Amino acid sequence: MNVDYLHRLRHWVERVARQPYFDPPLLGALGLLAAIGLATLYSASDLDRHLVVNQALRFVLGGILMLIIARIPPSSWRKWTPWLYGASVLLLLAVAVLGQGRGAHRWLNLGVMRFQPSELAKLTLPMMVAWYLHARELPPRWLTLGAVGVLIALPVLLIARQPDLGTAVLVAASGVFAVFLAGLAWWRIAAILGAVGAAAPLIWHFMHEYQRDRLRTLLDPESDPLGKGYHIIQSEIAVGSGGWFGKGWHHGTQSRLEFLPEHKTDFVFAVYSEEWGLIGVGVLLALYLFIVGRGLMIAANARDTYSRLLAGSISMAFFVYVMVNGGMITGMLPVVGVPLPLISYGGTSAVSLLAGFGMLMSIHRHRKLLPR
Amino acid sequence: MRRETASDPRNRVRDVQHETTRFRARALAGFLLIALCLAGLGARFAWLQIGRHDEFSARSDQNRISVRSIPPTRGLIFDRNGVLLAENTAAFRLEVVPEQVRDMPRLLADLGGVIALSDDDLERFDALRRSKHAFESIPLRFKLAEDEIARFSTERWRFTGVEIVPYLTRAYPLAEEFAHVVGYVGRIDAADAEKLDAQRYSGTTHIGKTGIERQYESELHGEPGYEQVEVNVDKRPLRVIRRVAPTPGKNLYLSVDARLQRVTEDAFDGRAGAAVAIDPRNGEVLAMASVPSFDPNLFVNGIGRVDYATLLNAPDRPLLNRAIAGGYTPGSTVKPYLALGGLELGVRRPEDTVLSVGEFYIPGDTKRAYRDDRRGGHGRVDLVQAVAQSVNTYFYSLALDMGIDRFSGWMGKFGFGKPTGIDLIGESAGVLPSKEWKRGRMNQAWYPGETVIAGIGQGYWVITPIQLAQAIEMLATRGVRHTPHLLRAVQDGINQDPRLQPLPPPQPSILRNPANWNPVLQGMVAVVNGGGTASGFGDNFPYTIAGKTGTAERYSRTDETWTNIMSVAVERHEVLFEAFTPADAARVAVVVALEAGHTGAHDAAPIARRMLDEWVKDDDDGGRAP
Repeated sequence: MNVDYLHRLRHWVERVARQPYFDPPLLGALGLLAAIGLATLYSASDLDRHLVVNQALRFVLGGILMLIIARIPPSSWRKWTPWLYGASVLLLLAVAVLGQGRGAHRWLNLGVMRFQPSELAKLTLPMMVAWYLHARELPPRWLTLGAVGVLIALPVLLIARQPDLGTAVLVAASGVFAVFLAGLAWWRIAAILGAVGAAAPLIWHFMHEYQRDRLRTLLDPESDPLGKGYHIIQSEIAVGSGGWFGKGWHHGTQSRLEFLPEHKTDFVFAVYSEEWGLIGVGVLLALYLFIVGRGLMIAANARDTYSRLLAGSISMAFFVYVMVNGGMITGMLPVVGVPLPLISYGGTSAVSLLAGFGMLMSIHRHRKLLPR
Repeated sequence: MRRETASDPRNRVRDVQHETTRFRARALAGFLLIALCLAGLGARFAWLQIGRHDEFSARSDQNRISVRSIPPTRGLIFDRNGVLLAENTAAFRLEVVPEQVRDMPRLLADLGGVIALSDDDLERFDALRRSKHAFESIPLRFKLAEDEIARFSTERWRFTGVEIVPYLTRAYPLAEEFAHVVGYVGRIDAADAEKLDAQRYSGTTHIGKTGIERQYESELHGEPGYEQVEVNVDKRPLRVIRRVAPTPGKNLYLSVDARLQRVTEDAFDGRAGAAVAIDPRNGEVLAMASVPSFDPNLFVNGIGRVDYATLLNAPDRPLLNRAIAGGYTPGSTVKPYLALGGLELGVRRPEDTVLSVGEFYIPGDTKRAYRDDRRGGHGRVDLVQAVAQSVNTYFYSLALDMGIDRFSGWMGKFGFGKPTGIDLIGESAGVLPSKEWKRGRMNQAWYPGETVIAGIGQGYWVITPIQLAQAIEMLATRGVRHTPHLLRAVQDGINQDPRLQPLPPPQPSILRNPANWNPVLQGMVAVVNGGGTASGFGDNFPYTIAGKTGTAERYSRTDETWTNIMSVAVERHEVLFEAFTPADAARVAVVVALEAGHTGAHDAAPIARRMLDEWVKDDDDGGRAP
């Protein structure tokens, strides 16, 4: 019995080694990113061990969740997709009615823990779009496009109403990327972009005053250096004073002396840029590009349309985090609350990100076995 | 259509292949797009971190580095022999850090039970609290007494955030004696702050307000040092990056002699007046007294309102430096200068005599009599006798013969009617009677009678003791002027020798014929030795003294009958005395002015004699020895 047990264990180990649940390059890159994130947080929190341990625990939890999700085959996920999507929309509705949170209604208090349904939507929306397109003729035409538009608009509008512009942008992007990857004709893309451009004044009209202020501030931060422009100016000072090589780990004065607001969460990239300089930024951006590229490679080798579109849109949405956050801290884009993936302090985004990578790994494991 | 495609296995395979290819094209396009965007983001980073690095580095430093200035230690003030006149002494003050105090009103109430807190203290504390950060220590009470410190120490546990902090405060050990010369420092007020170099004075709380403290403020102050401190966003200092020590102010050695000053003040015995002792060889002021005086220490840490009002409104005006700003009628003290002028201008020869009969009339005007001091007059007198006896008639006629223009022109050469330029703030110009002065002041023509009384130092005349000191000094030097001054030497650093201040180049004598000096000197020697107005003054002194008394009318007496001068109310006369010695090569000159007295000889001269007696003890005969 003992021997039999050992035999089975050995068999399992061999199988895993032959075809692992996880993708080593992706896992390696994510691990490296998490390590950089913890080191940066340790500095940004002024050597607060407690905070770093907290964040590490979240990574462990997210990692376990990732490996669990990686074990579930994409076909199962596809079956559950409409239910998961439906549940997300319902939860978002619940938040709109019962939610709580400072200023913005984002959280749902479940008694034991607080839960942000918009994080769920980051995964369930691309799943839903992939599920829908999986059964349609591709490239999509106007009718399909219209249906997808509704699927995207439903959660995005609910999230934007909370209001959480950052997450809304991320969720919308993941849906849009699925459509893009589905091969939407370039002329249709051009037509849509044209229409959006024409509707911009309308969007302005429906924005909250504080959101408009952020846009105004972006255009001219020095007009109100101690008020709304303060974040951007201090962030640019942090980044710019970093130079080629940065001021060194835990020598970033902008964050250590608290000139930089939100330096553990949304503006952690500015801390990193101040301490590691342009070289460090280059390394980090290259690492992000590698993860996106690896994700798209997994998508390209996926078994079916659903897997392809899901893997592709999750990978590309990952880039949006980096772009929006990086654009914000360098004063290129307005201040919206988008964290820098795996570096900003905070649990929910790390967990939902890792869950997404779990899906990528599941798709990778169940890729086409045929040679290209 | 979709159904049809799906149902056809051939189509489906082809479709799947086609779809995969299309997806890969899109994935590649997406990847390139993302790479492009990230490259754009990287370019933005490069622009900020390389292109604008210098700008942002500077702004980052501006954020974090705050420069705090360290005030310099104020220079000390000594007398000519190194006696301390102004020093910095250690004192203790109570400071409160507001952020460490939970309930400020209660703390202040409790603290008031242990250490006396005045309303002034609390008001100042409140004002400072509003203008400072909560983590900054704010002074509450200055100059704690020893028993207050002891009481606080035993109850310290009750007062979190309150601390006793040592500091340096200005102190004047000789208090009243040098209040008018040294002056005092006081807190910088709004009016001072406007005029000050903000950078040089940041961190400095006190500034010279009067006297030498104000006159030589820039020497005494020193140069502040600074500390570059790293601060956080709340401006809380975290560490010192760089420290440059302040340069202490220079130490000043005054020409005054503390012993002579003390004797001089004592000699006044509280009577209001002023005295100056000066070295005629160089203009160094050896003593300068103004009675009554006040305690300058009261002003250093903010004088209370009541104390200040008392000093300001006292009838004998203790805050007035009478030596440079007190106006006196010179009376007969001007006679030697006028006598010299008669010779110099060719109006009199030494042997010319005048008959004094007790009354003098302007030719052609018999109505108004100008009197001598003695009923029946002094008889026929020459210059020497006229000076020795202070014969008015001689000087009435001399002034009249000279005419007011030549009179004021000549007297002006001795510095009357304008400030001497002594290095002390607040000097008055006095009044030298002249046509111009009267026209400017009253817009009236000059009358001959005014020339007559000007000849005996009455009428419009106003002099300050320092002016008279400068004039007697010029007599003593046979016409060479040295501007009176108080600063003798400056010590740049504690390890350096004091440097004597250079004297201005000597000016030529105002005398055309030095021989003219001799009869005047003879007359002045006779004043104090022979049968002069102050006979006996020069007895038992190692050197020959030359002097002149002055007893000035505070109001006119011309239309009254003669009275014994000693029987007239003391308040009626300002009495003066001037002297120098040794007569032929003077090393000291003194001037004494009293606001009330019988005669110059009776009241002012004894003070002068005590000054000379003290001076002679230390007479080095060597001039400017340190």
